[in-house]
Order: sequence, then C-alpha cells, then structure tokens
Amino acid sequence: MTAAIEIENLNYRYPDAKRPALHDVSLTIAQGEWVAIIGHNGSGKSTLAKNINGLLAPESGRVTVAGMPLNEANVWKIREKVGIVFQNPDNQFVGATVQDDVAFGLENRAVPRPEMLTRVHDALVQVNMLEFATREPARLSGGQKQRVAIAGIIAQRPDIIILDEATSMLDPAGRSEVLALIEQLQARSAMTVVSITHDVDEAASADRVVLLNDGEIVEQGTPAALFTHGEELLSLGLDVPYPERLKAALRRRGAKMPDGYLDQEGLVKYLWTLHSTM
Amino acid sequence: MSFTYQAGTPFAGDGLKDVTTTIKDGSYTAIIGHTGSGKSTLLQHLNALLKPTAGTVTIGDRVITNETNNKNLKPIRREVGMVFQFAENQLFEQTVAKDIAFGPTNFGVPAEEAEKQAAAMVALVGLPPEVLEQSPFDLSGGQMRRVAIAGVLAMKPSVLVLDEPTAGLDPAGRAEMMTMFNRLHQEQGLTIVLVTHQMDDVADYADHVLVMDQGRLVKEGTPREIFQDADWLADHQLGLPKTAAMARRLTAQGFRFDPLPLTTAQLADQLLPQIGGPAHD
Repeated sequence: MTAAIEIENLNYRYPDAKRPALHDVSLTIAQGEWVAIIGHNGSGKSTLAKNINGLLAPESGRVTVAGMPLNEANVWKIREKVGIVFQNPDNQFVGATVQDDVAFGLENRAVPRPEMLTRVHDALVQVNMLEFATREPARLSGGQKQRVAIAGIIAQRPDIIILDEATSMLDPAGRSEVLALIEQLQARSAMTVVSITHDVDEAASADRVVLLNDGEIVEQGTPAALFTHGEELLSLGLDVPYPERLKAALRRRGAKMPDGYLDQEGLVKYLWTLHSTM
Repeated sequence: MSFTYQAGTPFAGDGLKDVTTTIKDGSYTAIIGHTGSGKSTLLQHLNALLKPTAGTVTIGDRVITNETNNKNLKPIRREVGMVFQFAENQLFEQTVAKDIAFGPTNFGVPAEEAEKQAAAMVALVGLPPEVLEQSPFDLSGGQMRRVAIAGVLAMKPSVLVLDEPTAGLDPAGRAEMMTMFNRLHQEQGLTIVLVTHQMDDVADYADHVLVMDQGRLVKEGTPREIFQDADWLADHQLGLPKTAAMARRLTAQGFRFDPLPLTTAQLADQLLPQIGGPAHD
C-alpha cells in the first residue's frame, strides 16, 4: 500500500515556547486508511494536523504528502490534496447560500463554471444536502453545517480529509450524521481520513488510533487494543467506553470480568452467558 | 407563558407555546430537547432577557409580563446568573482579576473589594491564585471558561443558569466542570438550571427534568420518570443515558431491573446477583 502521509522525525515549537509542541514525531498513514489521533487538550494534535498541510512549518523533520515533500514549492499542490474540517461550523462559512459556499474553494482555483456546477452538485448529493442548496448556511443545524463544510472539501476532490474535532460541537444526532458520512466517504472513494477527536465513537470507527501526549506519540494500535486501558483513557483525552466502565464497576464488586476489550454487544453476550448458567 | 419572535411583523415565529412550570428553590433542573425545541428561548426568560408575549414569568417575587419596563431589572439579573454557551468568548479584560471584578464593580461594589472577591471566586471555580494577574487569553479553553463562570458567580447569584456549559471541552474537562457545578449546588445551595444534550449529565446530577419540543413543554418529572420511556424519547429525537440504554439491552436478554438504574453503580449493584454474585475462587 502506498503512503498518503509520511512524517519523519517531526519537531515543532511555537514562537517563544519553552517546550516543543511536537517532539520527534514519526508516523506513516496509508492511502485509504482512517487514523484517529487522540490526546488531552494541549497534547499537540492540532499542531500535527497543521504541519501536514503546511499551515505551520516544522523546526526540523520531513513531511511527505501524496509522494510530494512538503516545502514552499509544493505547499499549494499539497493543500489541494488535503482538506481540513474545523471544530466550529460557524467559523468556516463564506457563501450566502449553501451552494455558493461549496463553490468557494473551486472559484479560488479557477475551476471552469460548467465543471464547478457538476462538482458542487455531486458534493451536495454525497453529503445528502442537495435540497438545501439555495438555503442560508446560518439557518442550518450544526450537523447540517458540518456536512456542508465537508461538501466544500470533497468538491475539491482531495485525497486526504482531516477532521479537527469536527464533531465536538454537535449534538448527538449531528455527531452520528457526520460520522456516518465519513464512513461512507472512506468506503466509497477510498479517502484517507485523519480525525483528531475526543469522541469514543469516532475513535472506534478508525482503523488505527494514535495517542499523543506532550507532543510525542506514546502508543498506537487498533481501537480495541487502546480501549483496554479502561478508566485510564480519561487522562488520555478520551471518554471511557461504556462497556469498560461497567466492567470496572462489576470487577470492583468482585465479579470476574474478561481482560480484553468488549463492545456493547460483546459485553451483553458475556453477561447473558453468566446469567443463563446460574 | 408564550413567546413569539418578532411579534407583530411578517417574520413573526413561535418561540414558546403555552409553557407552565415551576423551578423550585434549591433544585437542579435540566432542560432537554433537540436543537430548535425552544430550550434557549425558555432560558432567556429566566432573567428577563426576553419577556413573554403572553402570560407571566415570576422570578422570586417579581412578576415579568409583556408590559414590564426594562428599568429595574438589575436585581433579577444579579439574582439569576446566566452562563451562555462558549462563555469564554465574553472575556475582555487585561487580567483575570479585573475581568471577574467587572460585574460587581458595575453594580457599585468598590473596585478594591471587587478584586478581593475575585480571588475567592477563582478558588471557587478551582483555579490556582496565580491566574489572577494573568491575561485570561493566555489560559487554556477550559480555564477561560472557568474564569467567565467566576465572573458570573462574583455577582452572588442564587440561581445559576447554564446553557450547554461543557460543549467543546475534552472528556476530562467536561467531568471536572460538571463536578464543579454539583459542588456549587451542594455547598453553596445554588439553584441550577442546565440546558444540555448530554443525557448522562441529566441522569447523574438533575433532580427535575423539563422536556421541550417545538416550543412546548411536553413532559416533566424526575430523571427516572423521563428515562423510563425510551420509545417516547426517541419520538422526540432524544436518547437515553448510557446506563439506561445498557439496562434496556440487558432487559431484552431476560435481565430484570427495578427501579431503572441511572448510574453505572446502580446498574452494577442490580446486575451482580443476576450474574452469580462475586467470584468464589
């Protein structure tokens, strides 16, 4: 598999900061892979994202995106490959209508009008927002706003989409809307997804979870492997998955619980087995 | 009471329809409902930021109607402290101490005393005293929000109204914030009104729940009464707290729970005898 993003020994320090925000980070993300980056506030997650598309320039180390080394000559080409969805849906709208907003990035790239119309249409179909094309973005719900923001990005046909806490300001319905959309995009168009998140469900959807702490990668693996940390997860910036919480509570009461990670269904089955053999 | 947005114009729209309820002194009340159900509109009536188009809102012994004059609302605003969503956006002063002192100074408290109070408020919201002389803009998002809340508490309100106070915080930050409000409720006897999408917080902290849908109050009761009926909640686009949802799945597999468990501990207590009790090896 080819690498979508290759990061080698990346170091980054904010101006006047005593400690580096990223310290010797190396990470390879394969094309079509979904990687969740987790860590508590201030652990360096967003700084890492901004180093991937050249919004920040590293102190040292190398970043390669879609085979191109990130440097001044390539940065604009790389930004065409990488779209970022930010946390606050209200901070990223420029168009007066949903379709104008989706077209904005294409206008900036001087995409010919007939092609622009098709791309805007297709993008709105993909995020299931076509019927809102002529509405004002301000009047949409949070989940709808983020879907429009995602449409603006997929209209530009990037290879990589970075979600920087893109679901953290949404209500539970909006959160599952956006999550379902990302799952679809990854499955259908083999998009590489990097999601920076505190949300357990979002992390659980990823192929791989990377844990950052104080600017360093301290652990990576499948969501299930990471979730076995149980109640420790809270200090790592994630909520504890509910089955782990219940297992811990039962264990404290003297019940025997399996060590490996169980999802809801797995735990219900396990408990049912105990119940039926009583 | 009812409230119509832009009443008397072609843009008039219903905000609240025929709402009748009482929020008891010293209670912890949660208001739930999906986006656009009227939660925030209701909230703004609690300190007369909005006045009802019809009906009355009584705050303490003050009755607010459509006719109420905007003068002399200060005592109400002092009594009912309002913490808006993303409260940190309203910080503006050079230091944390000055920002917290701003409200009381406006209400005539001498500057020196107000800054002294600021120190007490910073402790109350769980921040170290060093932050007092720092710029609020050098703090983390969660700390900034605490400073904004300290500014509201400095007015010595008896009611604290919270509009999604933990939105955008990480899970540890959320837990700390909710524990802090509960402490204020327990120790200072503050009445709390919380608007939230987090059903777990409703289950963990509230003693009374109001459910809003399309501008109407469609149900009220204890968290246990509200979360008893999962299908009804789903019809109103609301979910269950994680514990209640788990209990529901287990009930479908033949487990029995009475009463409905609302916290992980309650569920574990009721589960233990149904899975053979503690291990004996």
